Amino acid sequence: MAEKIKNTHHEPLFHIVKRDDMPQWQAWLIRIVTILVGFLLVGFLSMAITEKSLGDTYEIMFSGVFGRLFQGSTTMLWKYLQEIAILLCLALALTPAFKMKFWNCGAEGQALMGGLASIFCMIEFGEKLPYSTLIVVIAVTSILTGAIWGVIPAIFKALFNTNETLFTLMMNYIATQIIAYYVYIEGGGSNVINPVSYGNFPSVGNNDYFVNIVTVAVITVLMYIYLKYSKQGYEISVVGESQNTARYVGINVKKVIIRTMLISGALCGVTGMLLVAGKDHSINTNLVGGQGFTAILMSWLGQFNPFIMVVMTAIVVFLRLGVAKVADTSFLNSSFSEIIVGIVILMLVGCEFFIHYSIKFRHNKKEVKA
Amino acid sequence: MEWRFNVAKQPAIELKNITKTFGKVVANKNVNLTAYRGEILSILGENGSGKTTLMNMISGIYFPDEGQIFIDEKEAHITSPKDAFKYKIGMIHQHFKLVDVFSAAENIVLGIEDGKYNLKTSMDEIKKISKQYGFDLVPEKKIYTMSVSEKQTVEIIKVLYRGADILILDEPTAVLTPQETEKLFSILRRMRDDGKCIIIITHKLHEVLSLSDRVSVLRKGEYVGTVNTAETSEAELTEMMVGKKVDLNIQRNEPKNTEDRLVVNSITCVDRVGSTVLDNVSFSAKSGEILGIAGIAGSGQRELLESIAGLQRLEYGDIFYFDPKTGKKESLRDKTPMQIRQMGVRLSFVPEDRLGMGLVGNMDIVDNMMLRSYTKGHSIFLKRKKPKDLAMKIINDLEVVTPSASTPVRRLSGGNVQKVLVGREIAASPTVLMVAYPVRGLDINSSYMIYNLLNEQKEKGVAIIFVGEDLDVLIELCDRIMVIGSGKITGVVDARSTTKEEIGLLMTKPKDDGKENNNG
Repeated sequence: MAEKIKNTHHEPLFHIVKRDDMPQWQAWLIRIVTILVGFLLVGFLSMAITEKSLGDTYEIMFSGVFGRLFQGSTTMLWKYLQEIAILLCLALALTPAFKMKFWNCGAEGQALMGGLASIFCMIEFGEKLPYSTLIVVIAVTSILTGAIWGVIPAIFKALFNTNETLFTLMMNYIATQIIAYYVYIEGGGSNVINPVSYGNFPSVGNNDYFVNIVTVAVITVLMYIYLKYSKQGYEISVVGESQNTARYVGINVKKVIIRTMLISGALCGVTGMLLVAGKDHSINTNLVGGQGFTAILMSWLGQFNPFIMVVMTAIVVFLRLGVAKVADTSFLNSSFSEIIVGIVILMLVGCEFFIHYSIKFRHNKKEVKA
Repeated sequence: MEWRFNVAKQPAIELKNITKTFGKVVANKNVNLTAYRGEILSILGENGSGKTTLMNMISGIYFPDEGQIFIDEKEAHITSPKDAFKYKIGMIHQHFKLVDVFSAAENIVLGIEDGKYNLKTSMDEIKKISKQYGFDLVPEKKIYTMSVSEKQTVEIIKVLYRGADILILDEPTAVLTPQETEKLFSILRRMRDDGKCIIIITHKLHEVLSLSDRVSVLRKGEYVGTVNTAETSEAELTEMMVGKKVDLNIQRNEPKNTEDRLVVNSITCVDRVGSTVLDNVSFSAKSGEILGIAGIAGSGQRELLESIAGLQRLEYGDIFYFDPKTGKKESLRDKTPMQIRQMGVRLSFVPEDRLGMGLVGNMDIVDNMMLRSYTKGHSIFLKRKKPKDLAMKIINDLEVVTPSASTPVRRLSGGNVQKVLVGREIAASPTVLMVAYPVRGLDINSSYMIYNLLNEQKEKGVAIIFVGEDLDVLIELCDRIMVIGSGKITGVVDARSTTKEEIGLLMTKPKDDGKENNNG
């Protein structure tokens, strides 16, 4: 028996070993190197397709993001910060839910509903209410609708243990259809709502996006404190790590699920409001533009830490805007930008493998003295 | 050196300089072992000493980083369990790997690729094997209707059916009653006499002494030595295993000032699918006394403790708590854990599932200290000062080995995890302390530390409920032992006068005659 299998089996070429012990600085070094390699790859890919030099490619990317910053024009910079703010706000909204291991894939729909509430108030009450009251009404209704859209799947999860991933995802389609219907009615068949001039956020120092950026900056800090230092944040972590432990210490798991999704949905509603009242002053089904899904990745890549999320969104938005400009100057369409951003995000996710595992190659066996 | 004693015997399997590391952890280091045909070899070692890793390398689950394995004096490369079968090695794991809805025979032939599938001839073969070694097995019986020991029988026959003549059993007696253990041992002896090589992994000394021919001891992944069972003693083996002399006696004082602290009054619970898991259970836990609960795993022990802790809904019955200060009698029925705490009931609970229930694995020691107390105070923010002090105190007092108080508890070893959990529960100065399998997976020193902590609490007048699996420990540590079988109390015995056999019989007592319990 033994002879038959002699010499047919050898030690495998390599094997993968889980590791727990990588120091933080080393993990971050790997992530930073990945980002740098990602940027190089982006440059070379763009160069190969657009047939421009590497230097030119990066220059175009830079100008796509910061514009004529060195000439003293900050318009593009503010636009860049605004884009970061929106993506970041969605990522922040998802984070408490994700920490609880409630996979909220409905940021898109929750933000859309928040935006719908904003535009509705702007159109219906714009002329009737004084400006400051109008802003308050917009804020309250947007937050509420977002929260309601978020809490519906949470209630079903808490009471009937339905699958939240599918449920939240389906809620997106309902939201999209509601918006389409509203646009159809309000736009009078033209499928476009002209920008509404009531209830727009004020510009500060000639900058339209100031309110949006400051709002998200404040939310970032508050979310960090909430998750790390509040009792509710602690409960979210316990429920996320182990519902059994939560029950054992007497946490009301259902209550925490519902409460957390109220917060998550409310913040998505805020994002919708920022997009409508602070930026577009109108609405269409593409208001959020898929950022609700990108935000899922941002929350993960930021390891549920709001400050790391700031860095991650800054990188991703930089790529999106920069590569869009490259595509623009070379008559490529917007898919190019999406592909590039996708590749870099994939690399960032992939590098986590090398942080958590190490690969051991075959080595020569130690001599055995019989 | 083994040669001196076994000149005539033929080595079945030899390990030379086997080393295996997982990241930084060295699971096995330069292990040398020889097992002969026609003998029973025990691999003895504490938890975490690398016994299972070593056997997994023989059975093809892991591949050694260094060293060689020889089978019948020829070098073997075992890269998969399939290879192991070709070398006629069969491993019976601690956790059974059977398909529940299949019959015994179907499970036994499952995965054999010889082109023919004939259940009838297979059954004949199975019956032949059963008869040869004295197994009791009905091949047509479905797995889900079987007891743990029957499942184990299926696992053993499965490897015999495949022609294994080197059998490795990983902690085979952990789930068995004393009677079942004795039966298994006689079967194993018969196999040995038949010329098979039997390797059994264990940490129970008396089993080693009663069963095996030779004992090989591992300590912290390293091979310590091999001795002939006939020429050794419990004390010598312990010393080899732990590395120093250990006093194996558990201290037990007479209970003082006992009074009823917790009275469970004919409670009944059903599980999700509606089958009864606790059936009309009544007993009382007294202050200053350790009440042991013995039973086959899964007989309702977990549900019983969870009912008291407010985690299990009661169908019938009631649970009463007698407040030691006011003497007031309070019902705990239909109360959540939070409500029980708010009532001022000082109930501490060390659950069986330490990282999945008692602690949060990804949180550090400080945050785990807060689990029970974080709601205190009106602030919406957490106060980490007190938990931090408590964490430092527990680390110092209980000698918890950890890089710091901010290390996630899942990174700690099993013994240290348990110290953190028991430390927290005792720090709440309980009046009732429930512990489920508190020394499972712990090394000898940590186990004795836990016993001492329980004895300290007993001296303080705490009513302790101790769910255990090792009957020797239960008999030595507890004052009374209550036996539970299929959700019913089958008897309460005095731990000072009972025997393992008596408890073993109560554990498997038929369902219907367990109604009377003599509170002793």
